[in-house]
Amino acid sequence: MTEARKPIIRIRNITKRFGSVVACDNVDFDIYPGEFFALLGPSGCGKTTLLRMLAGFESASEGEIEIDGQPMLDVPPNKRPVNMVFQSYAVFPHMTVLDNVAYGLKVTGVPKAEARARAEEALGLVHLEGYGQRMPDQLSGGQRQRVALARALVKKPKVLLLDEPLSALDAKLRDAMRLELVRLQHTVGITFVIVTHDQDEALSMADRAAVMERGKVMQIAGPGDLYEHPNSRFVADFIGKVNVFEGKVSGVSGGRLAVEVGGMGRIEVPHDGVAQGDVGIAVRPEKTRLSKDRPASGLIVLKGKVTDVAYYGNESHILLDTDAGVQVTTTVQNEKRSTDAAMTIGDDMWISWSPEDTLVLNG
Amino acid sequence: MEDWRKSKAAFAIFMAPATFWLLLFFTVPLAIIWVYSFGERGPQGQTELAVSLENYARAVEWIPLKILWKSLWIATISTVICLLLGFPLAMGVAFAPKRWKNPLLLIVILPFWTNLLIRTYAWIAILRISGFLNFGLEWAHGLLDAGFGVIGMPGLMGEFQPLELLYNNSAVIVGLVYVNLPFLVLPLYATLEKLDKSYLEASLDLGAGQWRTFFSVTVPLTMPGIASGVLLAFILSLGTFLTPDLLGGTDSMMIGNLIAQEFGPSRDWPFGSALSFVLMYVTFFVLWLRATVASRSSGVGEAG
Repeated sequence: MTEARKPIIRIRNITKRFGSVVACDNVDFDIYPGEFFALLGPSGCGKTTLLRMLAGFESASEGEIEIDGQPMLDVPPNKRPVNMVFQSYAVFPHMTVLDNVAYGLKVTGVPKAEARARAEEALGLVHLEGYGQRMPDQLSGGQRQRVALARALVKKPKVLLLDEPLSALDAKLRDAMRLELVRLQHTVGITFVIVTHDQDEALSMADRAAVMERGKVMQIAGPGDLYEHPNSRFVADFIGKVNVFEGKVSGVSGGRLAVEVGGMGRIEVPHDGVAQGDVGIAVRPEKTRLSKDRPASGLIVLKGKVTDVAYYGNESHILLDTDAGVQVTTTVQNEKRSTDAAMTIGDDMWISWSPEDTLVLNG
Repeated sequence: MEDWRKSKAAFAIFMAPATFWLLLFFTVPLAIIWVYSFGERGPQGQTELAVSLENYARAVEWIPLKILWKSLWIATISTVICLLLGFPLAMGVAFAPKRWKNPLLLIVILPFWTNLLIRTYAWIAILRISGFLNFGLEWAHGLLDAGFGVIGMPGLMGEFQPLELLYNNSAVIVGLVYVNLPFLVLPLYATLEKLDKSYLEASLDLGAGQWRTFFSVTVPLTMPGIASGVLLAFILSLGTFLTPDLLGGTDSMMIGNLIAQEFGPSRDWPFGSALSFVLMYVTFFVLWLRATVASRSSGVGEAG
């Protein structure tokens, strides 16, 4: 269990204010050695500020940060056992690739020959052998990022911080680099903390992610839990698509919750937490089924009229106006080439899903 | 809208006033001076056109050469001091919080709002024997003297001797630093302002201290701004006339003063013209030096 290990980063009640703006609001969690941890959230949620506090570029207004057991208050960036890959990469344009990678070793007194050898080795790690003598302006964006990675990893930090590392790459390269980063993390065994606004990035790479909004950490969990068991409307909505219906709890019995939902009537869903009053009843689009006839009982059903069909090749997104007064999105896998079953706008359809796939969202 | 540069007629119309102005008031006078520099001085001090290199021969004789050499020295020293004072100043403004930048920048350029002559006279008021600086020193001296009196050692400081701060080379250097500092700070500030601060953060992140970061990252990356500022301050110092004229002593004559003397009291325009061109050639040489260094350093980037 990760919880049994000693955390590499302890973030204790961190609050950061810029004037009257609260960038981080009482943030408190641990990151464990060897984790690939993501700070995920929309822009302005405080994730980058938190990362910069880990690196030492910002100081917390309140709270403490410990890295590898050492309190980091008053420790300047150049004395911290962490290294950062900047969003702009910040590869020094006036130095060769090799000098860039060796820089962090030279400034801390590593002998020139050793620094060179270790820099070459680090370049090998990111598949840039033979690029040592090039200048940064002769490299592509992806290559510059690898230089930035090598430059940080050569220092053998306890934690590698990555600020939106994939945002400047084109789509194809981004997918390749995701796998590459995960591979690299397995190879070097260093804790990675990555900041991203892209939920796909976080879900596909991270072991755990902290979802942040307006300076607060909303939920910390593994990708599967974040997607299937979001603890709030914000997380459910931010991670993936979701259809939400407003309901009122009318009874609790034996791990099942009875909820009155407009247009659907009384439905029963499994729920093991506390819930009362107004709740959100939610379902992911891919968990729903569409049918022309009313489906068998035991499912939650809802009637709707198709208003839009968005074709994406492998799947289609169907938009329906429902009796619940809410627009619902469902996804349909295009499993066959034939378009016989294709829906057209104006069709009346039944939407159905299993009570087990229903999310109950408080707040 | 169509790019106006594509239309040659429009381009010509817009360019005409400036071209005409520069031709009439810059190129033509320069050509006249150039022609004069090969002329001869008549018996009454009038300029007679000729084709003679004598003025240039006189310009590289010992005394003018010594004055030129001295001008180069004073310009160099004042530029170095400008750089040492100007770099922290430019950094201070460039890295200041956003709302402070414009007020600070305003303070840097504020002296331009007053006439140079008045500003230079102000330095006389500060530096002269009975000036503000000596006044302040005398006051401090008196205070110390009284202090020593209290602890039973009266007269230890001796009589106050005012310092001779004015009418020497140091006064000229002080004046030049004062006048040219904004010219060095402004281009440097512009470069520092544009510098991506994440380079500096990356350097710190990689374990370099502040000084190491300054010399290994900040200075190389702002070299174009440093070069422009230094060049501007140097060329302005080299050709200066007013500052040594007002603040300098008898041995503080710079090349600008010599040229002024030839055009003025000596009434030897041909020699003055030749001196002007020698000064211009020196300036061109400095500019060429800068261009060569710049192309070499960017050449490294391309060749790799």
